[in-house]
Parts: sequence; C-alpha cells; structure tokens
Amino acid sequence: MRTAKTLTGLAVLTATALALTACGASGSNDDSGGDAAAGSVSLRMTTWTADKTQLALFNSIADSYKKSHPEIKKITFDSLPFEDYTTTLTTQIAGGDAPDLAWVLEQDAPDFVQSGALAPLTDTLKATKGYDYGDIKPDTTKLWKQDGQLIAYPFSTSPFVVFANDDLLAKAGLPTSKELKAQGKWNWKDLAEIGSTVNAKTGKAGMIIRDFDFSAWSNLATVWDSWGAAPWSADGSKCTFDSAKMTDAFTYLHDAIFTQKAMPGPGTKPDFFAGDSAFTVTQISRASLLADGGFAWNVLPLPDGPDGHVSVVGQAGLGAMAKGKHVDEAKKFLAYFTNPTNSKKLAQFFPPPRTSQLNAATLAATNKQLSKEQIQDVVISAFDGAVTKPSHTNSAEIAQKVKTALDPMWKADADVHGVLTSVCSAIKPMLAG
Amino acid sequence: MSIVSKSRPAGADALAGRPGPASPGRRGLTLKRRDQIAGYLFIAPQVLGIVIFVLVPLALVVYYSFQEWNVLSGSIEFVGADNYTKLLNDPQIGQVLLATAIFSVGIVCTNIPLALLLASLLNRSGRGIAFFRTVFFSPVVVSLVAWTLVWGFLLQDNGGINGLLSVFGIHGPNWLQNGPTAMASVIVVQLFKNVGLNMVLFLAALQGVPRELYEAARVDGATGPVLFRRITLPLISPTVLLTVIITIVGSLQVFAQIAVLTQGGPGLSTNVLVYYLFQQAFDFHHFGYGSTLAIVLFVIVLVLTIVQWQLRKKWVFYEN
Repeated sequence: MRTAKTLTGLAVLTATALALTACGASGSNDDSGGDAAAGSVSLRMTTWTADKTQLALFNSIADSYKKSHPEIKKITFDSLPFEDYTTTLTTQIAGGDAPDLAWVLEQDAPDFVQSGALAPLTDTLKATKGYDYGDIKPDTTKLWKQDGQLIAYPFSTSPFVVFANDDLLAKAGLPTSKELKAQGKWNWKDLAEIGSTVNAKTGKAGMIIRDFDFSAWSNLATVWDSWGAAPWSADGSKCTFDSAKMTDAFTYLHDAIFTQKAMPGPGTKPDFFAGDSAFTVTQISRASLLADGGFAWNVLPLPDGPDGHVSVVGQAGLGAMAKGKHVDEAKKFLAYFTNPTNSKKLAQFFPPPRTSQLNAATLAATNKQLSKEQIQDVVISAFDGAVTKPSHTNSAEIAQKVKTALDPMWKADADVHGVLTSVCSAIKPMLAG
Repeated sequence: MSIVSKSRPAGADALAGRPGPASPGRRGLTLKRRDQIAGYLFIAPQVLGIVIFVLVPLALVVYYSFQEWNVLSGSIEFVGADNYTKLLNDPQIGQVLLATAIFSVGIVCTNIPLALLLASLLNRSGRGIAFFRTVFFSPVVVSLVAWTLVWGFLLQDNGGINGLLSVFGIHGPNWLQNGPTAMASVIVVQLFKNVGLNMVLFLAALQGVPRELYEAARVDGATGPVLFRRITLPLISPTVLLTVIITIVGSLQVFAQIAVLTQGGPGLSTNVLVYYLFQQAFDFHHFGYGSTLAIVLFVIVLVLTIVQWQLRKKWVFYEN
C-alpha cells in the first residue's frame, strides 16, 4: 500500500512538473531573427470571416507571397466564430497555441496594444520596399499605436450606415428612403415614426440596430453619438452613462421599442437582409448580404440627431503575435498582405486606411454592389470626423457589467435614468482602476 | 498475462502459513514481487488516466488560484491569497451562488419525482410501452447544444410556446427576458433533457422489487399509497440516492444551456457558478480568479456528496 502511495505521488509530481514545464515553454518562440531555411515556416492567421470569396482572396495573396519567399511552407487562414472570437483567440494563446497573425476587434484594441501581446510593426512596414507607410491616415491608427509604434494595422475602417428596404416602405404606403432624405426626414425622430408606421401596416419590424440583440450594447453608439453622448470620458476614467444626453438617447430608444413599436423588442430576431425590417443600422461591409435579399434597397448615412450628424466607424486591426513561432516572418507577410497593391484588392471588402485609396474611384472599381454615388455620399464622407465605437482596457469585463446592469432597461416600465445610474455604479471601480 | 498464468496464486504462501519462497523466478524476482508488478501493470492505464486527467488538472487549478495569469502579456505572478480575498469581496458572488442553488434545487425537486412517476407509469407490459419509454429517453441521446438551440427558438417572444398559448387566448411572457421565467425556462430545458436517464434507472430498480412482497402486503390489507411508501420506496432507495447524487452534481455543472439560452441574464438571474467561472477565466482573462471559483465549485460538490453519503444510513435500505 505504501509502495502504491509512493508511486502515485511520484506520478503526480512528474506529470505536474511536465505540465508546468510545458506551460512555461509555451511562452517561448523559436524566432532567431535570421533567415529561415526553405520550407521551414508555416504561418497561421486567425480571422472572424468565413466568407469564401474573402478567404479565396486571402489565399491568392498568400500563394503569390510564397512564390517569392521559399522559406514559407504554408499560410493558413483560421476562421473562428465571430461571437466568441476574442475568447477563442485568448484561449489559444493561453494553451500555448498562439497564431502568428490575428485580427483584433476595435473593442479589444486597448488590451492587445498595451499588453505586449502584439509585436510592433512600424520598423518592418517602413523598411518594406514600396509600402508607402506615410499613406496610412493618422486618424485610423489612433487606437492601434503605443509609444509612437504601430502595434496593429487597421486593415478595415468600416463606417456604420443605414440600409433601407424600399419595397417594404412602399408596402406601408411610404416614400422611398431617398425621397425621405430629400424631404428632410433623415433623422432619428422621424425614422422612429416611419418605423412605427411600417410595423403597424405590415407587421414587420421598422428599424433594427444590427448585432445589438439587447446584449452587444456598444452598437448603440450609432444612436447615442448623435445625441453627443459617450459611455465614458475621453481618458476612460469617468463613467458618463448617467449624463443627461445619454439619458435622452436611451429614452428615445426605449420609446422606439416599447411605445412606438418602431424597433423590435427583446426576444425577437428579425433579419433585415431576409426582408424582415424597413431599416437596419450596420457596417457597410455587410452589403455583401444584400445579394440574397430579393428586394429594392438603398444605403444611406446615419440619421441626424439632436447633436447633428455624427459618423461612426468600426475598426479591425491585424497584428503579428509576439508569442508566435515566427514573429519576423509574420511581420513580413503582414507587410506584404497590406501593401498598396493588396490593400487595393482588400478594399472591395474592407475600406482601407490608405489616403490614396479612400476615394470613390478605387472603392467603386472593386465594389460591384454600391454605385459610385453611394460610395461617395455614404462611405467616403463618413470618414471625416468619424467617431470610433467605444473601447477600453478590460473591455470584455466592462461589456459584461454594462450588459448586466442594462438588462432592466428592456422592460416597458423601466426607469431609464435609474438604470443608467446603476450602469455607472457597476463599472466605476473598473474605470477608476 | 503469461506471468500471471504461470505463477502460483498470490496468497498461496500466506495461506500455507510460511514465508514467500526464495524465488526461482525470472531475473531473481520473487513470485510475490512479480504478482505485484503484474497488478500494477493491470491498474496502470486507469491510474495514469486519473493522474493525467483528474489529479494534475486539480493540482494546476490549486496552483493557478494563487497566481495572477495575464494571458495576453504571458506573465504569471504569485499573488498569495488575493484571489480568495477577491472572492470574499466579490459583489456578484452572492447572486451567482443563489442562482446556482435555485437551479439545483429546482432540478432535483422536479427531475426525481417526474422520473419516478414516469418509471411507475411505464413499469408494466403492454402495447406501446416500449415506444413511450423510447420517447422519454430519446432527449438523453440528443446533442445538448442542438436540444438547447431548438428550445431557444421555442422560448422566443414570438416563438412556438407563446404561439401555442395564443391559440388558447393566453398572452405568454417573454420567457428568457424576465429573471424568474428565464430561470424556470432553463430548469425545464435541463429537466426534459435528462429526466429520461433517471427514469431508466428507476425503471430498472422497480423491476427488481419482488412481486411476492406486494402480494403479501395486499393479503395484509395494504393499498396503493401504503404499498408505495412501505415497499417500493425502501427497496428502490439505493437508486434514489444514486439519482439524487448524479442529478445534484449534474445540475451544479450546467453550462451549455446557460451559454446558449441566457448568457447568465437577464441581470445575473441565471448566472450559475460554472458559467461565472467560465466568464472570469475565458472572457475576462482572470484565470487565477477563475481557478479559485473552480475550487469553490469542487468543495461544494464534495461537501454535498459527502453529506448525502453519510445521510444514506438514515434512509437508504439495503436488503443485504
């Protein structure tokens, strides 16, 4: 019995030591900084897109890179589900299986940029022949820089827009979206009334803030920004959810949902792209979903609010993981992937951060779904003075705390200001920290 | 195998009252030693499995609970009892434990009686009985996520359940958006998923109750409820103990239903301990604190199981 105990104890100790050694080893990388042998490097990039057309483009860029870089054996694009993207990515990192390159959501930018998880890119990009680093718009890199170094490349700066279903508006006896705009009715107040009419006359939803689903509250920034409201102060240290402007914005949303019935309530999931609603607020990159819609549609800028017109953009960054196995090779491929030529190709899906390419001519040449006029009026004009969706360090925990505190808002008899005050109580300690 | 088959029985020398032979065995090993090695080899796969998949992770969880592990920066820092202090000061932990308790009590109080009722109803022969047994057991083998997703559609505000209620003129609630109905919904989804398993266990137990005991009791004038209370229940009490233990342990480990249906909401009303642990570790990257919560869960399950095991002496009837 004693022997059995001794053996079991030894086995536990050995296995624990092995596991701890493995955990420790996972943090290292074999990047020697020198030239790698031919066919010795395999790179992996995590993305949240599984779109076949987009992946085909990525693979074609990777294939042409491999031709001039014999050290690269394979480049794979690993599509992770969008809903759990950051959780899956961090789990891979924790498990010692970090990718070489990763897409990063704007809400997670502060965590990834400040933690040292990503390798600085500026030197590599500047040293790459023909990269034209100065072409990158400074506005687009604010979120992705630290100590003057670019930590991730903002490959997509996608404005939020409104898609309209003109067929559904006609069914409700209303003018087209273009006519509504011409009549000066392109503001949140009128849009709620129009949405209410659509709901009453057709039974369909009036207006949807896509991906909000009474959970992903940061998408409501597309509304509250037009009220001049913000979730926290510019330096991120003070909660402003309980401000008068935010209270007005949420009162508008609450009325639109529960009084006017212009927006669907919690527990229902109508899809604009399946013809279930008259309007949806989403990023321009979702235009690809219109291919299957089968209805007359239009795309317009975000409506005006009490604070006038405010453009909102969502960003996505691309970085090289500092804990990847081939950091230098990953940075070099990133430089190739985002050089002027490939950036132009990617522009059909992701509005690029390059000044020379952010024009109607370039975007219209690659985007077949939008007219040149729509691109100029809705996409290009949206970049000037645009506000980026809210982000903060510890974004996931703050997002969860806000979501939990906001839940009582989504009832007909909610005390709007009271709920917003409770949101501030919930996140104040984290903002201060 | 060949070592065992060629050797003498392990206890033969001891039974004969004499010391082990001065071994003529291979490489100078005594028979006793060879038998011991064979025994260890037989249990090695099981022991290794337990060590690698149970004991090592358990040891690592204890280790991580004393660390602050920043996944993104890759730093692991010893923080002493900070995570345990944080646990005591966590303003949400009370609500999380309450939600966990409500869920577990709700599951045990509905699952066991319903499983016993179904087993009693189906404990007979006749046409169609096999069909009904299959129907009630089939959710057990259905994919948990698929099962939960379907229930998610049914429980939507304009979903199947409210559609059915509206046929009778009833305006159903928004099931997953109000605290009490959300918890009730999650309990029901879990109940119907697993009640078939307990039903089968009860069915097997009921079929093991000797018929003659009922006949003897009837001769003495006993009727239905008395037969159940005095004969059925005592004789199936070991199975009741087993089902209560596995149901409680299972209810404390619920995750997929919460993740798919409510994500712990609204508010914290359905945020049970396992889901909260997952959020802390994998969403918020607090692996140290997540490990501390895992230890809390381990202790709760351990204590509840020990308590039930001790209490069995008072109410579980063993024929032997």
